[in-house]
Amino acid sequence: MNANTVPACRAADYRSEVKPIWCPGCGDYHVLMAFTRAFVALGVRPEQVAVVSGIGCSSRIPAYTNCYGFHGVHGRALAVATGLKIVRPDLTVVVASGDGDGYSIGGNHFLHACRRNVDLTYVVMDNHIYGMTKGQPSPTTEPDFDTALTPGGTGLRPFHPLVIALASGANFVARAFSGNPAETAAIIVEAIRHPGFSFVEVLSPCVTYRPDQRAWKDRVHRAPVDATDDAARAARRVMTDDGFNLGVLYRGSRPAYAPRHDTAVTDSAELEREFEL
Amino acid sequence: MSSTIDAPRASSLADLYAIAYQIEVDAVERYAMLADQMEMHNNPALVDIFRDLARAEAIHRDEICRMAGDFDVAAHARQTACWRIGESPESANLGAADYRMSPHHALQMALAAEQRALGFFRGLLADARDPDVKRLATELVGEEAGHVALCLRLLQRYPPPGGGRVAEDPDPPASQD
Ligand SMILES: Cc1ncc(C[n+]2csc(CCOP(=O)(O)OP(=O)(O)O)c2C)c(N)n1
Ligand code: SF4
Ligand SMILES: [Mg+2]
Repeated sequence: MNANTVPACRAADYRSEVKPIWCPGCGDYHVLMAFTRAFVALGVRPEQVAVVSGIGCSSRIPAYTNCYGFHGVHGRALAVATGLKIVRPDLTVVVASGDGDGYSIGGNHFLHACRRNVDLTYVVMDNHIYGMTKGQPSPTTEPDFDTALTPGGTGLRPFHPLVIALASGANFVARAFSGNPAETAAIIVEAIRHPGFSFVEVLSPCVTYRPDQRAWKDRVHRAPVDATDDAARAARRVMTDDGFNLGVLYRGSRPAYAPRHDTAVTDSAELEREFEL
Repeated sequence: MSSTIDAPRASSLADLYAIAYQIEVDAVERYAMLADQMEMHNNPALVDIFRDLARAEAIHRDEICRMAGDFDVAAHARQTACWRIGESPESANLGAADYRMSPHHALQMALAAEQRALGFFRGLLADARDPDVKRLATELVGEEAGHVALCLRLLQRYPPPGGGRVAEDPDPPASQD
């Protein structure tokens, strides 16, 4: 079949038969919708996309898509995705994670993925909590989040993922809200098209352990200014905004990482020879 | 954020068919997702309600295709009927779902979606200049008004549960505290 005769995919064509077990009301349902809409808009077929994740409610996404998928090790999604993109540069590699997976146990990988600037799109569904393990605080939890686990709140300063991404060299930085899947999809489309490491922080409510986040829909608003290509200016803006500014915030122009030699070793004997002691 | 910003414009009959079609496609998708959610969370009464709603919207979607005749409404919808910022008006609000919802809550959700769709098509009708667009927009307003009336009738059959709130769960998700 020649490329011109391949019929365009519909959003449903990117969904697997597996029914999500997320809690009804969870923001991650909308993120799944945004993924499939973004793939439709990009015109990539499921077999041209790999969705790689770590562990957490948010990281269940690969199972719900029909693309190549890797539901990996906690905090290691970016390491897996980096390897995959280097050997299969033809694939569109989207990495899905949560604030626990991406900023706690995977925090170090996050810094270095930004620095390496491999052509990946990193979507973090941030609900300021560990949803899957029943409500422990994460690096983005507010200091006064008061539960029996954290009496009186953690008292800890939250991590600022967007600023850290900018300081570490991410080439595209955006913030989205799951409750607006159309806009989230449009941002993901742009993130995938942008060369290098693109980071999309999606505010995605955990309605079970953070029912207060149902009110996020009334707090989010469009960023009042257009994206900048100056990382320092973008960082200053996000340091001082209210955390609910949505849109593309930074578009950089660093060239994406390109391996110096052909990394696509497909012959296992050759690979064995390379690692011979 | 407003749900109507950046709504697609119906400047021709083809556009209006595409928009109406896409609205139904989105509505089917949402109701099917809600039915699956309720299935996974063992709320069988709502599985049936959401499946019925998805079926009703699918009939409406197919009816729009039939009315459009030879015109490839799905292809045109992909190009024109996109909500860049807000959401398709008839889409049920997934963010408001709860595993303890009752049929009353589900119908309230459907009513809100139908009312948004009615308001949207009324707006298009008010702006329409082309007589063919006007005729179809009038028909669509009539359809949606019928759906609103149906939801209101069904709501009488399913009054709010005690206190109007979602049911109590005797074994709620236990956070680590
Ligand atoms: C090595 C390892 N440590 C700890 C865990 C337990 N664990 C599973 S998910 C998770 C946190 C997930 O939080 P987040 O990434 O925010 O995902 P959410 O469930 O909130 O979407 C933890 C600590 C694990 N699975 N593996
Ligand atoms: S526990 Fe929270 S994050 Fe996990 S599925 Fe439920 S609502 Fe979503
Ligand atoms: Mg989380």
